[in-house]
Amino acid sequence: MSHAIQERPVSVAPRRGPLSHARLPRWTPAAVAAFSIAAGIGIGLAAGWHSKVQWGMLAALLFVLTTYAVTTKVEGARQAKDRVATSLVWVCFVLAVVPLLSLAWVTISKGMAVLDVYFLTHSMNGVLDTEAGGGVYHALLGTIEQVGIATLIAAPIGLLTAVYLVEYGGGKLAQAVTFFVDVMTGIPSIVAGLFILATWNLMLGFGPSGFAGAMALAILMMPVVVRSTEEMLKLVPNELREASLALGIPKWRTILKVVLPTAIGGITTGVMLAVARITGETAPVLLLVFGTKLINPNPFEGAQSSLPLYVYEQYAVGTDASVARAWAAALVLIAFVMILNLVARGIARWKAPKTGR
Amino acid sequence: MAKRIDVSGLSAFYGAHKAIDDISMTVEPRSVTAFIGPSGCGKSTFLRTLNRMHEVTPGGRVEGKVMLDDENLYGSNVDPVAVRRTVGMVFQRPNPFPTMSIFDNVAAGLRLNGKYKKSALNDIVEKSLKGANLWNEVKDRLNKPGSGLSGGQQQRLCIARAIAVEPDVLLMDEPCSALDPISTLAIEDLIGELKERFTIVIVTHNMQQAARVSDRTAFFNLAAVGQPGKLIELDDTERIFSNPSVQATEDYISGRFG
Amino acid sequence: MATTTPDIQRNRRAKSASRPGDRIFSGLSRGSGITLLVIMAAIAGFLTYRAILAISKDSTSFFTTFEWNPAGNPPVFGIAVLAFGTIVSSVIAMLIAVPVAIGIALFISHYAPRKLAKPLAYVVDLLAAVPSIIYGLWGAIFLVPYLDGLNQWLDEYMGWTYIFDKSGEGVARNLFTVGILLAIMILPIITNVTREVFLQAPKMHEEAALALGATRWEVIRMSVLPFGRSGIISASMLGLGRALGETMAVAVVLSPSFLISGHLLDPGGGTFAQNIAAKFNEANEFGRDALIASGLVLFVITLLVNGAARWIIGRRKEYSGAAA
Repeated sequence: MSHAIQERPVSVAPRRGPLSHARLPRWTPAAVAAFSIAAGIGIGLAAGWHSKVQWGMLAALLFVLTTYAVTTKVEGARQAKDRVATSLVWVCFVLAVVPLLSLAWVTISKGMAVLDVYFLTHSMNGVLDTEAGGGVYHALLGTIEQVGIATLIAAPIGLLTAVYLVEYGGGKLAQAVTFFVDVMTGIPSIVAGLFILATWNLMLGFGPSGFAGAMALAILMMPVVVRSTEEMLKLVPNELREASLALGIPKWRTILKVVLPTAIGGITTGVMLAVARITGETAPVLLLVFGTKLINPNPFEGAQSSLPLYVYEQYAVGTDASVARAWAAALVLIAFVMILNLVARGIARWKAPKTGR
Repeated sequence: MAKRIDVSGLSAFYGAHKAIDDISMTVEPRSVTAFIGPSGCGKSTFLRTLNRMHEVTPGGRVEGKVMLDDENLYGSNVDPVAVRRTVGMVFQRPNPFPTMSIFDNVAAGLRLNGKYKKSALNDIVEKSLKGANLWNEVKDRLNKPGSGLSGGQQQRLCIARAIAVEPDVLLMDEPCSALDPISTLAIEDLIGELKERFTIVIVTHNMQQAARVSDRTAFFNLAAVGQPGKLIELDDTERIFSNPSVQATEDYISGRFG
Repeated sequence: MATTTPDIQRNRRAKSASRPGDRIFSGLSRGSGITLLVIMAAIAGFLTYRAILAISKDSTSFFTTFEWNPAGNPPVFGIAVLAFGTIVSSVIAMLIAVPVAIGIALFISHYAPRKLAKPLAYVVDLLAAVPSIIYGLWGAIFLVPYLDGLNQWLDEYMGWTYIFDKSGEGVARNLFTVGILLAIMILPIITNVTREVFLQAPKMHEEAALALGATRWEVIRMSVLPFGRSGIISASMLGLGRALGETMAVAVVLSPSFLISGHLLDPGGGTFAQNIAAKFNEANEFGRDALIASGLVLFVITLLVNGAARWIIGRRKEYSGAAA
């Protein structure tokens, strides 16, 4: 009764039953890939296409089509579909890896050309746009202060909100908070910046300052902290809470002494990832912090700079020296963010409660 | 239709670990063969080598031969997909596709293998559901999701799905272990009917079940934890449960270990 | 904590009468939740207030005007160009990023050799954290020249499609390039969420499909994709939200103009966020209000997108497979 597998007379195969059909050798995908890449380059060269993007796209297209043709001929339509899916997935992977690798490589190689201790310890005070030199110290300082203040505002509020949602929630208010945390997650960073601009600067008449930027960053950070903390608190098994409550320990002490310490690893990770996210935010800083060439250690008074803003400004100036500085600052920024990420993930791994999957 | 399975010198591995060692046996067509043995003795692993599902597990590897009538499942040009199409399987936990209706679940295997006319599809689905003793319970709600059924009904739905493609062999991996006694009984009755058409191999932890449903029983055992499992003996069920030829089998059956 | 039986009883009784510690702590956490609501209300309220201030003095229709000159006399500004540019670039980004992200997610969850899958997932996680200004810098300096050739080629062979018709010699600082850059940016985010969902697809349903004689692709189509559908949708919406609101990458790459053109390869156009960043410095207070008005529209659009995502997911719940 098995009528699914078409038998195909193929000369090489030995005796075959209904379960076997001609199959492509294991090296086929590699061979097709090699052929496609070669053909892509060949045709690209012959046609005189300047953009390597076209070469790559042609190679990818050839890879998928050749796979389909070869498999349909040898193995049949169903197998061909399967192989095409596989080849498409591989193409997606390569398609994504190439620009991302390029991004990493370009940032590192260009950034390293300028980055040194001098760059990290000096500001742009008195440096002309066209001349090399100067540094990123004022921006680094500004970023650290703004992000620090934002964290001081957002982390406690976010944490307590998550505690409220998980430990006390359930009513209408909790529902509303959950909903609006979701909404808040989707706020574009420039809108958060505009909000502070509308209130702090236009309404209340304050000038640009690091603090104004920090408030916008805090708005962006809060929902992220709430979400991640919520997830972590939900992972704490209920038995722990009940065990503590059954000992007659009041609820608030149960939360402080039992629930939060159990989840502290995950919560720290969440907060650090949120910090990493806001560190790279440029738009609100552009609106609210304004940017300066000078070192301004006071986040509450006067314009400051910040790393992402510095990258933008230096790029916008457009001279060779300033673009080089932009790359170096980008490298500093990316290193800053990546270190935060790596440490955060490290903490998550070390201190993960053993209740997770 | 129902085919004979001839296994010779079969070993299965998980990475470097050998899970079953050098098994040879014959499974007769149109009969029920039960695999029994203590946990970890490799009976489920062995079952999964019979439709090449073992190699799906990361690190899974098989040596040896499994002949289905006169074709080696592990032959060089054999397509594992075709093997699984010919050797159906029912799992420990009922696993109907949650996003599909009852009808679509039964038709799932058929749709993979080509186009059917709507009427032909209807006929096969009805026949399969009847074959799985489920038709009367679900005929009015074929378009409802399969996950809405009870556990026992879900398992019978899975059996209907497996027999819809008319396999030669039906493998069952502890099909009743997640079910209540009444559902279990329904499945056991069903197995008795299905063996008229299929070669059935069933893994079970429940010795009474093996005694009730099977014609032949294979006892697997392992020397110690971490050692590969081995086939101790295979004989008519009656003989295994009354007068086994190996002492270990008797010990296991009489509850002295395991 | 040594507690004798009478102590427990006393505490039990005391539980109903709330103690100060409990009151303070629950009050604090409740207060934080309320603070969050207040902030949200304030954002909506103040943006609307400033926007109304601006729009009421706009001498033309805010939604259909192709010009941005709030400093003029009378002030003329409208968001038609910005809405067009924002939507077009985001749509291009989604068309590219969603299929590719699903592909990469499948690659990590079901295709890649295990040794490659784990580090790869980790790297994609990290890439999601790369600041957008860096994508912008890379896009402006590296991607744009690389896309020049592609643009010419598209113009030459696909020009008849109208959208790929390119007039003039301009560099590739157009909405098409912005769309590609946005796609690259949101790729890691969509991939991460989708991958998580794919990994959670129940093994038993994959085995069910395998045992029916399904090929790997058929297994994915029968058990993984249906299970992951709502996850894919919410991941895409998350990515779309990012793309709609992205500021710096667009501001750096696009060479803006206040024109709507269906020729995607011609430089020009603009997006809400890009326009705010570009016009902010030269704007007076009224100009800033006008920018706030456009920001409010962006805000509303992202709200709608998020709402739509939630609605779709909610509607699909019974079929999501989570219950099985």
